[in-house]
Amino acid sequence: MIPDIIMHNLPAFLIAVPMFAAFATPLIGRLGNERVRDAWVLLAMALTAAVAVLLAAQVYSAGTLVYTFGGASPGIPVPADSGGIPVRIIFTIDAMSAFMALIAGIVGFSVTAYSMASQSRSSGRESYYMLLLLLTVGVLGMVCTGDLFNFFVFLEISSLAGAALVASRVDRGVAVEAGLKYAVLSTLGGLLVLFAVALLYGQYGSLNMALIAHQMQFTVLDMVALVLLVTALAMKCGAVPMHFWTPDAYSMAPAPVTAFLVVASQASLYGLFRVVFTLYNVTLNYSLVGWFIIIIGVLSMVVGVTMALPQKDVMRLMAYHAVSQTGYMLLGVGVGLAVLGDETLMSTFGLTAMEGGIFHIINHAMYKGLLFLTAGAVFYRTGTRNLNQMGGLGHNMKWTMVFFIIGALAIAGIPPFNGFASKLMIYESVFLFNPFLSIIAMVVSILTLASFVKVFHSVFMGPQLPEYQDVKEVPAYMLIGMGILALVVIVFGLFPQVVVDGLVAPAASALVDQSSYIASVLGGI
Amino acid sequence: MFYNLPFIAVAVIAALGIVTMLLRQNLIKMIMGLSLIESAVNLFLVALGYREGGIAPIFTNAPAGEMVMPTVQAMTLTNIVIGIATTAMLLSFVMVIYRKYGTANAQYMRKLRG
Repeated sequence: MIPDIIMHNLPAFLIAVPMFAAFATPLIGRLGNERVRDAWVLLAMALTAAVAVLLAAQVYSAGTLVYTFGGASPGIPVPADSGGIPVRIIFTIDAMSAFMALIAGIVGFSVTAYSMASQSRSSGRESYYMLLLLLTVGVLGMVCTGDLFNFFVFLEISSLAGAALVASRVDRGVAVEAGLKYAVLSTLGGLLVLFAVALLYGQYGSLNMALIAHQMQFTVLDMVALVLLVTALAMKCGAVPMHFWTPDAYSMAPAPVTAFLVVASQASLYGLFRVVFTLYNVTLNYSLVGWFIIIIGVLSMVVGVTMALPQKDVMRLMAYHAVSQTGYMLLGVGVGLAVLGDETLMSTFGLTAMEGGIFHIINHAMYKGLLFLTAGAVFYRTGTRNLNQMGGLGHNMKWTMVFFIIGALAIAGIPPFNGFASKLMIYESVFLFNPFLSIIAMVVSILTLASFVKVFHSVFMGPQLPEYQDVKEVPAYMLIGMGILALVVIVFGLFPQVVVDGLVAPAASALVDQSSYIASVLGGI
Repeated sequence: MFYNLPFIAVAVIAALGIVTMLLRQNLIKMIMGLSLIESAVNLFLVALGYREGGIAPIFTNAPAGEMVMPTVQAMTLTNIVIGIATTAMLLSFVMVIYRKYGTANAQYMRKLRG
């Protein structure tokens, strides 16, 4: 049905389709027909999402996929005359990468559909769509690459596009201020990553993650590189105490951009896990690094939610919740890392904790994206993000209200929505590891619910306010964008076991299994 | 000692950059500090690739001898290009901020708090 040339080169198409579309968008915008341009962007995003789905299907059925750029054959990562060193840029797509690409595909498509309506009143839409597609390129590249320098390049692509998008709605300079903060911190983070890459290259003479992981000695310089990588990537994923850019950037960016920035942050989170599990793994002191990640995670959960409670700006409030939810992922995966060396503990609860953490990544991307989009929808109709100035919108914006309820219940971990499924896995497994951590996680969840009840009440409940008498429901495109995410939230919540067995468990075991990652590139050495 | 000189220079330039970023209030100067850190990383990359007596990997009419693997040079070039894009974007942000706020002093960037 689909030509072989596409099926054999899916990793290349995954990057090439959005990148080509990104740079063609301004030219197509020049034609002057907005419908043609919108159709082009939607088509490009749909194709990217389709490629991501195909790629995920391939990886989940046939195992880790290795794609060598510029080689005689993409399936041969190590040329015969190179002395066993993979010299080219290699994409190594295991189940974890495919999982992340799938998230980026789904969220990317729904935010593009949403943007069609929500950005229709702003100028410079060609650049907006171009940057959105470039951000997608950056995220997809980060999660698929098996080459450290390549990872840095895609990290920079996503940071540049992300910062420009944050600042795109100038808003009397405030958005530019947020964009500047985001850009400075991402650049600094990127340079730290590059410095660490240089340290690793200086010792092992290669940029390929599998080869470096294979030869890892864990010298002093490797420890320095580990610290630099973990610091930079934890900063980029918005974990406390490096979270200060998150509320600014998330609240000032246009809502669809924020929804996608969540995915971009998760790509950094993926990078963090990749570094710890694939690059270093066996050389690490598991419980030390595991506890470090757990502590960052718990701090993010608690600080994020307590900062969210007093917020009056709805986007800012949700941004702090994003920090807090990142903590759950760090907690789950951190517990898995802390017991990685112990077979029995790993099989009793370690793997479940990791699966919970990874499941939470996709759930978070869906419900958080949905919540930011509903906040954007309210902003689109009322022109304010201040909770005190809103009220009674439930009378006129019924669909937005329904979507908000779905998202809010999911983030608070109420059954039958997807947040409950992953949080339950985290609670149960973490309880066996350390009951105290599990109790903290539950308290944070309750505070999250409290905070969203407040938002729900002040935005949608109450009598109709005179100034919002004529507010209408948002356009269909925005409803479609929110609807896709809401559907995923509900389906994942109703059939969590199917998703865990089919999508999450392979991703978790791919992340843990360092030797098969190495073998897939270097071939059974 | 002499062999380590580039690495000492890297440390000094990076330290200067970090100090500039932390202590200066002017946004332009903070960006200059960031550029200094970037230059330090570039210098570090290039210094890593130096091999005494190595020749450039151009195969046409190459003299006998060890060739240098040009990976780090390629990495440095890529980073320079990325650096130009980043610096240009940051400076344009500062321009917009200056136009809207009337100042480029970080002390007055207080609209986003809490």
